[in-house]
Amino acid sequence: MATTALEHAPAHTHGGTGLWSWITTVDHKRIGILYGASAFLFFLMGGIEALIIRLQLGSPNNTLVSPDVYNQLFTMHGTTMIFLGVMPLSAMFFNYFIPLQLGARDVAFPRLNAFSYWVFLFGGLLINVSWLFGAAPNGGWFGYANLTTRQYSPGLNIDFWTVGLQILGVASLAAAVNFFVTVVNLRAPGMKMMHMPMFVWMSFITQILLLLSFPIITVALILLMIDRTFGTHFFVPSGGGDPILWQHLFWLFGHPEVYILILPSFGIVSEILPVFSRKPLFGYAAMVFSGAFIAFVGFGVWAHHMFATGMGPFADAFFSLATMIIAIPTGVKIFNWIGTVWGGRVEFKTPMMFALGFIAMFIMGGLSGVMHSSPPADLQQTDTYFIVAHFHYVLFGGAIFAISGGAYYWWPKMFGKMLDEGLGKIHFWLMLIGFNLTFFPMHIVGLQGMPRRVYTYSDELNFTLLNRLETVGSLILGLAFLVFIWNILKTWKSDQKAPADPWNGATLEWAIPSPPQEFNFPTLPQVHGRDALWEMKRERGGSVPEPQRVSGAGIHMPNPSIKPFIAALGVGITLTGFIGGSHLPVHLVGLAILFYGIYSWAFEPA
Amino acid sequence: MADTAHAHADDHHYTATGIDNRKLAIWTFIGSECMFFASLIGTYLVYKGRDIVGPKPHAEWMLNGAPQEQMLEIPLVTFGTALLLFSSFFIVLALNGAQRGNRKQLIGWLIATIFCGVFFVGMQVYEFSHFLHRGMGYTTNLFSSTFYTLTGFHGTHVTLGLIWLISVLVVALRGKLPPEKALNLEIAALYWHFVDVVWIVIFPVVYLIR
Amino acid sequence: MPDQTASRRRLFRHVPACLLALIPLALAACSPDQYPQTTLHPRADYAREADHIFRVTLIAATVVFVLVEGALLLAMWKFRNRPGAPEPVQTHGNTTLEIVWTIIPAFILAMIAVPTVRTIFKTATKPGSDALQVEVIGHQWWWEFRYPQLGITTAGELKVPVGRTVNLEMTTKDVLHSFWVPAFAGKRDVFPNRFNNLWFKAEVAGNFPAQCVEFCGIQHGRMAYRIISMDSTEFDAWAKDFNSPPPDFSTDTTAANAQAKAGEAIFKGKGACMGCHSMYPALPLTGPNLHHIGTRSYIAAGTLHNTDENLARWIKNPQAWKQGSLMIVPPLTDEEIASVVAYLRANK
Repeated sequence: MATTALEHAPAHTHGGTGLWSWITTVDHKRIGILYGASAFLFFLMGGIEALIIRLQLGSPNNTLVSPDVYNQLFTMHGTTMIFLGVMPLSAMFFNYFIPLQLGARDVAFPRLNAFSYWVFLFGGLLINVSWLFGAAPNGGWFGYANLTTRQYSPGLNIDFWTVGLQILGVASLAAAVNFFVTVVNLRAPGMKMMHMPMFVWMSFITQILLLLSFPIITVALILLMIDRTFGTHFFVPSGGGDPILWQHLFWLFGHPEVYILILPSFGIVSEILPVFSRKPLFGYAAMVFSGAFIAFVGFGVWAHHMFATGMGPFADAFFSLATMIIAIPTGVKIFNWIGTVWGGRVEFKTPMMFALGFIAMFIMGGLSGVMHSSPPADLQQTDTYFIVAHFHYVLFGGAIFAISGGAYYWWPKMFGKMLDEGLGKIHFWLMLIGFNLTFFPMHIVGLQGMPRRVYTYSDELNFTLLNRLETVGSLILGLAFLVFIWNILKTWKSDQKAPADPWNGATLEWAIPSPPQEFNFPTLPQVHGRDALWEMKRERGGSVPEPQRVSGAGIHMPNPSIKPFIAALGVGITLTGFIGGSHLPVHLVGLAILFYGIYSWAFEPA
Repeated sequence: MADTAHAHADDHHYTATGIDNRKLAIWTFIGSECMFFASLIGTYLVYKGRDIVGPKPHAEWMLNGAPQEQMLEIPLVTFGTALLLFSSFFIVLALNGAQRGNRKQLIGWLIATIFCGVFFVGMQVYEFSHFLHRGMGYTTNLFSSTFYTLTGFHGTHVTLGLIWLISVLVVALRGKLPPEKALNLEIAALYWHFVDVVWIVIFPVVYLIR
Repeated sequence: MPDQTASRRRLFRHVPACLLALIPLALAACSPDQYPQTTLHPRADYAREADHIFRVTLIAATVVFVLVEGALLLAMWKFRNRPGAPEPVQTHGNTTLEIVWTIIPAFILAMIAVPTVRTIFKTATKPGSDALQVEVIGHQWWWEFRYPQLGITTAGELKVPVGRTVNLEMTTKDVLHSFWVPAFAGKRDVFPNRFNNLWFKAEVAGNFPAQCVEFCGIQHGRMAYRIISMDSTEFDAWAKDFNSPPPDFSTDTTAANAQAKAGEAIFKGKGACMGCHSMYPALPLTGPNLHHIGTRSYIAAGTLHNTDENLARWIKNPQAWKQGSLMIVPPLTDEEIASVVAYLRANK
């Protein structure tokens, strides 16, 4: 490669760093950063909601918040962490790293990608704007009918929820189509499916889950919205409707959703462990197939959320066995991760510590999951804090640990600077201690009879000590994230540049400068197997030279466009017209903007 | 490096499978849409026959003590179904015309397709207004709500498909759909076929199975 | 630097002692006797079935936990990066090993699956007609209990005999709730227009707390109730006694009952309590049935001790304790409230 190194060439040929450049960007890396920044802010909001919940539960019969506000808090905590925290944080990594790991210049549909982000942001803001009306959603993240029908929830609260989630669904579906096509079609020449990095594989399976599960919740939300808006009886018992249909539709989506949340984290950890063990991922094929198997069976276990509804012994037995079967591929994954570490040369850098913490915590969450896969036992445990403990071990101990690890791992690639190792380790230990102190006692307090979603408890039930411990733990968790923010700010201000490949990476994103140039790869890389960069290094008998910034002249990259933003606005406004009844003028204005956006987009040169 | 980059300037058309991105995307989207309609059809089936009051789709029902005829009018909808099926055939011919550069064939069959679609939507509008006239409102009972929701969402899909096809027709009439851009019609046609296939499921579920 | 290491070492010396001190604390935290609402101390056949499976899975899970976490820690420790450590062997997997660790979990799961399925079918059987039938009806935010065989309607306290199977037929008047008997059985959700059932045979007498476990609106957190099991003779006496009509003070002229008499007048008149609350054992109205309210251990859906002060406080302003409660009370003076309390207290 006869190259002219351009030391200070602009990173983006469609340059500019102003607000307009961000609104019109179609660069997957910038959109990834937008996802990450917005999701982190939403995540902090969800965290603050959690801290208020913990403070309220710190003492019996506490009156820090009213019951109504408490119900809004736990509903918004769940909704935020799932749809506005973990999912878009994963989307940040999808956006930034799927194309890089595939050796591609961008995603298959850059403008559709921008559209997804703007729709997501609109939906996220809309749900949170409800706080300003004093009417945040208060029916739980599961929104069980018939509590959420107009008769029992007359306020705007549930309207914000149904409309907001529909908007977020549009964003997720558009993104899922985009990433599905990207993975299938934009793999670098020579990269077979079974050569792809594990993060791409797990993300790919996640997209399939999104594609198949989000339409179901969309239908459920539409039916609930129609009930509330036009007075139909889909979930209204007095008109023959059956609230249990809501539960089936919701959990048909809801259980795959659990894997949508955790599979990308499986992927992140599967990237980090080999790099810091200096050894390839153990049992690559088994990892792929176990992930696919989990996703497939994940569509057949939804009713284990409904054992208490009395489905009858045959359904109970079926869903119980299907649920237990999922433990097998999950176990395979855990053993393979340990197998990856085994025989390696483990470097305890911050990303690796988070990845190891992930495994340790996820084992716990997986085992408590097996404990309530058995309906007779579940009939005692369901809707108690035991379940809260279980899914926080999976989604916090799992997803958040992995995402934090991913942040430390990929930060130098995204921003060209290393996060501070010392602060990173403090962050890790505070998080590990705070997490276990918050959530481990919940197992006990749940088994000792404390139900979920209660705004307070009686001192006679003796839950005070354990709850107080949990509250202390949650404050330590809060502190951990303050350390993380401090680390981000410190890194932001530092001028120390990160090398292109600080960790001796195995995958293609480490073969290009940090942060990458707009076109990522000056020439599309040729791939012959797994761990493409390690392979390249081996061929050269050591390391590869530091990649240089080059001129992107002649590389066609898509032009920035405002059209995705306009179309997203149209989607958002059209659906917002359903808050507090159906407002025809709002729908029409929204549709007009949407059609303008789509037509001008369709006829705009890319 | 600039030279090397230039040599690959056209590789934004590169795909690992050789399938065009947009074609794969529409297939993916159709897969997702299947779950959307499966959920609506599932809801319809779950609530079938669970109405507390009339009207009923397939049987006589009572209103103020007077017997009423069954709601569904099968002959009319069968005709609409047939037209929708034919339109799938027509659009194949139109696509064939587009790919071979036969402008007459393209535009003629595309207009025929659109005509069938418009008739189908017109039939549905007639059916809905007729039902409303006979006293079956959206909220009357579970049958009416599930029926209007399921067929209404399908009708909306047909309408969006029509808008898409008409847009393609306008482009074709302006002479901007040469054979190398036939894919622009092909992806619209894939969507159109899907909408037809969904109706082939909805039609027996709603109109034929008692 | 050496100083620091030494002090650090000194610090670590205390760690085992601290950990040891934590053990009794942890055991105390886990002991079910301190927790009246515990699921870990089954006192009926149904709960024992669940508890058995819980214990089997807990043991299996603990063993797996220790082994797998141990393997992880061992791997981390044994293969930590040391100066001069060689480049690791680039293994990609081991098929035999992978098959083994697919099959072993399958066996462990089978150990849980077999008793699970057996218990599912065992607990799904319906008790015979000799069982005591109780209709359990959820309301926002209290529970109603009807005994069709005994002609009794009551609220807030489910009274059951020891040694006789009790069959609960459960539904709801409004939104979903979930009825839970932690000491005797599991929980079942209740749905409008549907009946779910749950049964158990209590082994001991006692007064156990329980509460609604399906989120049901603003006061889900204070929708509690008591499960009171008693010897069958005591239960029969209670049922017989309960079937007597409430005291009637309207024709009473004795001075001793003057306050209760005034209370009755307010209950039936100015207070409009009678619009929702029945004082008759077999008459359900929209609010909780108050027959024998004087003998209940708790009021306000199992959340306040049944004392005169609490009753007065509750009647004065139900919203202060349960924001959003559907109970509406016209303004009453403290004196009037005291009379109503006296009237309620007299019904036992």
